[in-house]
Amino acid sequence: MVKLLEWQGKEVFRRYGIPLPKGAVVRSADEVAKVVGSQVPLPCVVKAQVRVGGRGKGGALQFANTVEEARAATAKLLGTDFKGETVREVLIEEKLPLTRELYLSITLDRSHRAPILMFCPEGGMDIESVPDEKIGKVWIHPSIGVVDYEKRLTVKSLGLDGPLGKELGGIVQALWRVFTEEDAELVEINPLAISGGHIVALDSKVTIEDDAIFRHPSYAGLKGEMTPLETKASEKGIAFVEMGGDIGVIANGAGLTMATLDVLLEHGGKPGVFLDLGGIFGGVTRCDTVASGLVSEMEKKPLGFPFVTRIRGHNEPEGMAILKKAGIESFSDMAEAVKHVVTLEARK
Amino acid sequence: MSVLVDSNTRVLVQGITGHQGTIHTAGMKAFGSKVVAGVTPGKGGQVVEGVPVFDSVQEAMDKTSPNAACVFVPAPFARDALYEIVDAGISLVVIITEHIPFHDMLPMLYYAKSKGARIIGPNCPGIATPAGSKVGILPNAVFKPGRVGVISRSGTLTYEIVSNLSEAGIGQSTCIGLGGDPVPGTTFIDALELFGADPKTDAVVMVGEIGGVAEEEAADYIKKKFDKPVIGYIAGRSAPPGKRMGHAGAIISRGRGTAATKVAALEAAGCLVAKVPYDIPRLVKEALAKGPKA
Repeated sequence: MVKLLEWQGKEVFRRYGIPLPKGAVVRSADEVAKVVGSQVPLPCVVKAQVRVGGRGKGGALQFANTVEEARAATAKLLGTDFKGETVREVLIEEKLPLTRELYLSITLDRSHRAPILMFCPEGGMDIESVPDEKIGKVWIHPSIGVVDYEKRLTVKSLGLDGPLGKELGGIVQALWRVFTEEDAELVEINPLAISGGHIVALDSKVTIEDDAIFRHPSYAGLKGEMTPLETKASEKGIAFVEMGGDIGVIANGAGLTMATLDVLLEHGGKPGVFLDLGGIFGGVTRCDTVASGLVSEMEKKPLGFPFVTRIRGHNEPEGMAILKKAGIESFSDMAEAVKHVVTLEARK
Repeated sequence: MSVLVDSNTRVLVQGITGHQGTIHTAGMKAFGSKVVAGVTPGKGGQVVEGVPVFDSVQEAMDKTSPNAACVFVPAPFARDALYEIVDAGISLVVIITEHIPFHDMLPMLYYAKSKGARIIGPNCPGIATPAGSKVGILPNAVFKPGRVGVISRSGTLTYEIVSNLSEAGIGQSTCIGLGGDPVPGTTFIDALELFGADPKTDAVVMVGEIGGVAEEEAADYIKKKFDKPVIGYIAGRSAPPGKRMGHAGAIISRGRGTAATKVAALEAAGCLVAKVPYDIPRLVKEALAKGPKA
């Protein structure tokens, strides 16, 4: 999934007419004086742009009353590590006086197999600890979209009416458009604030579905949260996750890869890498083809660590024979293969 | 004798002239399936693997009366393929295609439901009834006719588990690959309902994975409404906790969706849950010896 940074999500919101505070993105402390006081009124909020949550409690948001304070806060945040993510950009926004903070989001509810609109009159940092019954939920028909009565329901349960109610209805509609037209998995505004008699989105969380990137090539370069190796694998279309242990599993299909890692864990091994080559068409892959490919690669570049194969399917005896001839250990039984690799790793 | 597909199933292959469509048409025929028509717009009149190709599903319907479809078209065209199949009156659609955006799948699902059609998949290996019919890409060699139903969210892991069952002498009534996508056309509960009503199925093997709450919901259903023994396996116990999707994901799942919560839910529903896939045949035998749930 492509997780947009706050400012990137807000750029999307802007295109759909969702009201935002005045703000600007800077990538160095020297840029602060150019925007603060002019483009961004004082006092302001200096916000580290990272994808992980918990910024409010983690010190990633700083307040500033003067240009100098904004500059100092920016200098302090840029380059710091926030829960494993380096801050490379800072969003500076006007600090608005808030009357209330609300919560609003649309995402896919897998259980209902429908989009779900969620809203809560108590938005802000602690939304996850708000009891379930306080969160309003409306399931949206994917082809019909949010209808007027659903907007009225949302407005009422957020305790709004009059012009504010009308503004909120417009924001719900805009959020639905972002969700569908941008192929989002999640669009979330928390907090959605009331300030000076108007509603304004103070934060944005927007994630775009990987499978829909073909319709939105501009998002393709925005992937975050991956180690360099994971990025490399993703470019090749391989599902790859680093797990911290010392034995990797390469398999065809996510389920089979996970199951093999489970068996590894069961036999005392430490799962190190999940690497799924994709397997849905595995039903026609021949074992001898796989074995030959493996042998030719290994001959080019020996691994230098224990390597055990387990192979099942069409032309299995032929595949086994090819591997055996090349000196690669091969098993037909999953448990035996796993036990063996755990023993080899322990002996190293 | 089975659910969803049997020897009366007449299969139409949408996207038959593509590489995968052609290979798996041959595979289905070798399994014993009646593949009566293929469709690829612009390629009408060709014959692939002995199967006549038509330009449109309606034309194929008029001439060959298929009652099931198997979809191989690339993801960007899957939505159109589904609408065409459903509009021609086919009520069982197996979608093999992977990477269909859920924003496409949602309207497809709602449309199919409104027309009384069932979707299996997407991103699935299909359905197979040993000694009956196969609609999909499951490997022919692993099956053995029998009385145990198999429902799975996985692909290759299903082949592994079915193969283990067959080797242990446990045959299958029907095997349904639901697919691993977030919006499946058919859920565990839908499939359990089918097996529950099938007099030729004695027990069900349910293969789940981490992510989502479909297994927990199925466990709820089993507890309340399902009398036949269910043997479960959940892949992904070793997986690190998933990366969260903002707050909305946490609000919806409320602490469910891990291997531990799924295993616990299934066990609480009276299912035997295997820790490793190759332990499933032993548990099936144990469950069958005990008979229906008390």
